[in-house]
Amino acid sequence: MKPKISAQSGTFESSDVIFLIEPLPHNAGRKIELSSTVFHQYGESFNKIVVEMLDEFEMTDIHLIAKDKGALEPTIKARLETAILRSLDEQEGSILFAK
Amino acid sequence: MKKYKKRRTMLYIPGNNPAMIQQGGIYGADSILLDLEDAVAMGQKDSARILVRNMIKTIDFYDTEVCVRVNHLGSPFGLKDLEEIVPLQPSAIRYPKTESAQDIINLLHIVEEIEDRHGLPHNGMTIHAMIETAMGVQNVFEIASKFIRIDAITVGGQDLTADMNIMYTSDGAGIDFARKRIVMAAKASHMDVLDTIFPDVNDEVGLRKETEYAKKIGFTGKAVINPRQIDIVHEVYTPTEEEIRKAFRIVKEFKANTAAGIGVFAIDGKMIDAPIVSRAEYILKLANIEVKNPSDPHD
Repeated sequence: MKPKISAQSGTFESSDVIFLIEPLPHNAGRKIELSSTVFHQYGESFNKIVVEMLDEFEMTDIHLIAKDKGALEPTIKARLETAILRSLDEQEGSILFAK
Repeated sequence: MKKYKKRRTMLYIPGNNPAMIQQGGIYGADSILLDLEDAVAMGQKDSARILVRNMIKTIDFYDTEVCVRVNHLGSPFGLKDLEEIVPLQPSAIRYPKTESAQDIINLLHIVEEIEDRHGLPHNGMTIHAMIETAMGVQNVFEIASKFIRIDAITVGGQDLTADMNIMYTSDGAGIDFARKRIVMAAKASHMDVLDTIFPDVNDEVGLRKETEYAKKIGFTGKAVINPRQIDIVHEVYTPTEEEIRKAFRIVKEFKANTAAGIGVFAIDGKMIDAPIVSRAEYILKLANIEVKNPSDPHD
């Protein structure tokens, strides 16, 4: 699936993570930018969770930016699922950069 | 002995706050209420719903009872909340702005349909009816008494005063009738009844005073909005050592006298009859103390 609109979820609060999604042109694939306050310790698992969820939703042509403030796995997954569903225009919720 | 599950405190935790949710089991509240309703901004309902779902699936809340306040079915969010939360079977669903038995019939119809779809029994999760409108207050006994799945009634003081077009005041004057009517309905239906929140987290004296009043008129616990409020409410609702000693003595003497075929007896010159024994038993229940029969060699 491809993002239809730009979307975001999460916050910059401690123990949370913020995800921003923007659609990319056709056949552009995935562009992923992850940063985390605990990247040194948990960056590998953070990246794995994100990639697995993008695979699960079969997301492509997507630009994903994440800024993590030490979120636990259920929070990372919840925020990413919310951002994905919002980008597919399938959820109520805030749209940051509606095009 | 099955441990009596106390609900002295129910801590509200905003459903979109991962830091607070993940620590829900360590604050020391008897219950936590993961809130998808008023504590969540309209534009974040989807985010909170998914977060709460994931947290319930993953986080260990230890012995703390986990309840979820869903949005009303009259809103665009209520049905989606139930679809996500009911399959997880938290201890209870709190239903806001319950105004009639028909509201609960409508709720249970959906809850049980979801449970059937997921192969779940209809007795694994209870319902807490939240009374926060004048109509709800008027109909509270019908609401409390009709449904086996309702095991607690709660008061929403802020919404109730808004519905009554009056100001919420610290003396609680505007909602005093409602409080007492709700307590009586809960007592008549043999269920827990939790008082509304005390909104000023910096006023510990006021919180203690209001909790003491709530206990005096029959509330079994109180909703809290900040972990700092938990200990004060627990202190008010925990029997003192003297109360426990006295209750223990009454129940023990009662059992011994009953075994000897004596119905009414006296302790320290005061007559002890069934209501006093019943109150003593409740104090021991709060303290999780069991008095065994005098003939029991392990007593």
